[in-house]
Amino acid sequence: MATAEVSNTKTLKVKRFKPSEDPKSTFLTEEKGLWAWLTTVDHKKIGLMYLGSVTFFFLLGGILALLLRTELLTPAKTFIEADTYNQFFTLHGAIMVFFVLVPSIPAALGNFVLPMQLGAKDVAFPRLNLASFYIYVIGAIFTFIALANNGLDTGWTFYTPYSTDSSSSVIWVTLGVFILGFSSILTGTNFITTIHKMRAPGITWGKLPLNIWALYATSIIQVLATPVLAITLLLLTMERFLGIGIFDPAMGGDPVLFQHFFWFYSHPAVYIMIVPGFGIISEVITTFSKKHIFGYWAIALSSLAIAFIGFLVWGHHMFTSGQSAVATTVFSFLTFLVGIPTGIKILNWVATLYKGSIEMKTPMLYVFIFLFLFSIGGFTGIMLGSLAADIHLHDTYYVVAHFHYVMMGGTLIALLAGLHYWWPKMTGKMYNEFQAKIGAALIFIGFNMTFLPQFIMGSQGMPRRYYNYIDQFTIFHQTSTIGSYILGVGFLLIAFYLLRSLFSGEKAGSNPWGSRGLEWQATSPPDLHNFDHTPVIINGPYDYHKPMEEFQLGLADVHHNGHEPSHAAKAAAEEVTN
Amino acid sequence: MGSLFDFMLPELKSPMTGATTDALMGFIHIVSFIILAGVTIAMIYFAIKYRRRSEDDETPLITHNNKLEITWSVIPLLLVFVVFGWGYKGWLNLKTVPDNAYEIHVSAYKWGWTFKYENGAQVGNEVHVPAGRPIKLVMQSQDVLHSFFVPDYRIKQDVLPNRYTYVWFQADETGESQVFCTEYCGTSHSNMLAKVIVHTENDFEAWLEEQGTGGGGTPEERGEQLVGLQGCASCHSMDGSDGIGPTWQGLWGKERNFESAASVSADENYIRESILNPSAKIVEGYQNQMVSYEGRLSDDDISDIIAYIKTLEE
Repeated sequence: MATAEVSNTKTLKVKRFKPSEDPKSTFLTEEKGLWAWLTTVDHKKIGLMYLGSVTFFFLLGGILALLLRTELLTPAKTFIEADTYNQFFTLHGAIMVFFVLVPSIPAALGNFVLPMQLGAKDVAFPRLNLASFYIYVIGAIFTFIALANNGLDTGWTFYTPYSTDSSSSVIWVTLGVFILGFSSILTGTNFITTIHKMRAPGITWGKLPLNIWALYATSIIQVLATPVLAITLLLLTMERFLGIGIFDPAMGGDPVLFQHFFWFYSHPAVYIMIVPGFGIISEVITTFSKKHIFGYWAIALSSLAIAFIGFLVWGHHMFTSGQSAVATTVFSFLTFLVGIPTGIKILNWVATLYKGSIEMKTPMLYVFIFLFLFSIGGFTGIMLGSLAADIHLHDTYYVVAHFHYVMMGGTLIALLAGLHYWWPKMTGKMYNEFQAKIGAALIFIGFNMTFLPQFIMGSQGMPRRYYNYIDQFTIFHQTSTIGSYILGVGFLLIAFYLLRSLFSGEKAGSNPWGSRGLEWQATSPPDLHNFDHTPVIINGPYDYHKPMEEFQLGLADVHHNGHEPSHAAKAAAEEVTN
Repeated sequence: MGSLFDFMLPELKSPMTGATTDALMGFIHIVSFIILAGVTIAMIYFAIKYRRRSEDDETPLITHNNKLEITWSVIPLLLVFVVFGWGYKGWLNLKTVPDNAYEIHVSAYKWGWTFKYENGAQVGNEVHVPAGRPIKLVMQSQDVLHSFFVPDYRIKQDVLPNRYTYVWFQADETGESQVFCTEYCGTSHSNMLAKVIVHTENDFEAWLEEQGTGGGGTPEERGEQLVGLQGCASCHSMDGSDGIGPTWQGLWGKERNFESAASVSADENYIRESILNPSAKIVEGYQNQMVSYEGRLSDDDISDIIAYIKTLEE
């Protein structure tokens, strides 16, 4: 037995709990069967259900992307009609943004990892968590029925007055997205509450893993920005159904107003998608360098700074829209300010590598890919934030390439890093490391081959959302299309070895990477209640200079079996000291 | 070294509007390239130099370094200030039309452009301008949002239905430049192209005079001209081929079958109704894609178009 000081007033009796390498029961072996899964309030099962849904939608959006790229092999019609092409790019964008990127990291990986990193048994409101999942499913079904019915050809941005005039199912799809928004808001609320109230004894704000800081910043944006999307979509519905002129000039409205509303949500939404990725990078890079993160507070607070400034830059999507000159100038200026905290993070991560003990396992390989691709995304963002350059580049393939470097090179690569990092924890199985590295190489090559040519043709003037194009761009489009096929093969390979690992993968130990993170002190896969004790934290999550034993402490009093939230644990601690 | 990224841009044909843009883009590309190379080399160097040699490797405790962190926050901050100011200067120039600019009115519609000159001349999908003189385009849309983009001039401006927007340029050499629509506007968005054709001052005056006299002619001729200028031809063919809307060849007097209305034979009133209230009767096999021309065509214009349709026999 040892004692540890967690505050000035209380002393807890703690002892070491070494995670079992051969757990008798896990969350996968308990509450089995379809019905148990569908009605579960376990954050881990809900996280996995999100992961399954997100993967399904990613497959759908990915197939659409490949069809689009195939159509663009030739300057005129290759194999689909213009209207079909327009519907496909709309669907690709809408699915990837609303059904994949927004829920991917927070709802899938976040749900699984967040309570474990806090040493909690579950999120603060487990039933609400399940409700969020079902709202997501209902929103998805609603949207897809509408799409099957009449298609959608407005682009994922729904710009008016095109979207109010269009004969496609704009209203039903927007209502689907409206429903989806509630899932986002509820998950955000749940996470914020959990982070404030469910931390295990000893986890002060300065000892929160950076993944939690990132999810915290994300949740704040979700709760504050998503309602604006709901308002916008409702106004659009009112205009279509009730004929109230808000955006349509024919009825006395203003189409640019729609763009303000839309981007007031959709720009912060970009940070909903990327900030959780930052969290994953911080976790993975420290684990595989066996080293303390460089500039903990700089990284933690820059997430919050991004969340805050991110609300004030929406107008940079509208430099050519005809918005006022003063607004344009201010938005350009603020856009550069949001670039700084992002740049700081990159440099902090690179500095973390300095004098580390670096092991190039697959998750770390993805971190390196992330740092390279996301930096390119960031620099081209600076280009687009600058007024004169943006006038030339706006709505060209340069912008398409830029946001794919940020969203795919950033968020999706971070997601892959996180997936490969936590896969042994989630499934208890190891994937084939060699195949995984081949997969990462295919993704890296395919990605750059797809999107680098788009920067060039974009600055030469190729506009986005074009079904036909003029001959001079053919070579860039064809290179890009071949690149996208390589990407497709890369993703198929990943799916193959991950699924295979479930059946024939080697058994993963509780902590295969030697991480100091709290989630690695549970068994692999974790127990239904994560830990069978109440963890007590005395070190920071990146204190690699401290021995592993100090990260395996829990309340010595097993009378309560650890199955109570932290405030009860504190009460129990007081009992012990009395 | 600025020439390193020249291959990315098309040849600049309006230095008055594009010179700043090109210089700024060159600067950002170079600086970004240097920093990116630095970061990438550092990453790879660290990964090799500090690769894990044993599972018991110990790493030093380095939590932060204020001096270093302030340095790498302040330097990028100064750099982006430069980029902001430079971009702002270039943009102000793009927004400040020279006083002696020659004005042309632009009307955008699904899916084409009409350019109107001071003497009443109108041309579709071609804007003829004199070289060496600033040109101001005053633009408005007839339906949804469009955007006027000339890569050679580094200019772009959205075209809105409820207000005028403008853009300017000055081409110094004679020649042609491509115009794209860069705001998504539906089925034929990618066919909504036009050309800027730059003449010498004298050739331009001659051209303009010739066009200016074209307003007269027979009703059939005026009708044919309107069909080109108002974008009818981007959906309706005159030669029997299929399009987004039904062909006009052999339309006159023909029995029309509709999705949800009793069939009628195509007479003046039917054609008039189809122009002013397109959704009233939708021809079988087609979708309602057309917007009303109410307010865009006068009664005389409609009569001229009908006169032209009568000439389109099978």
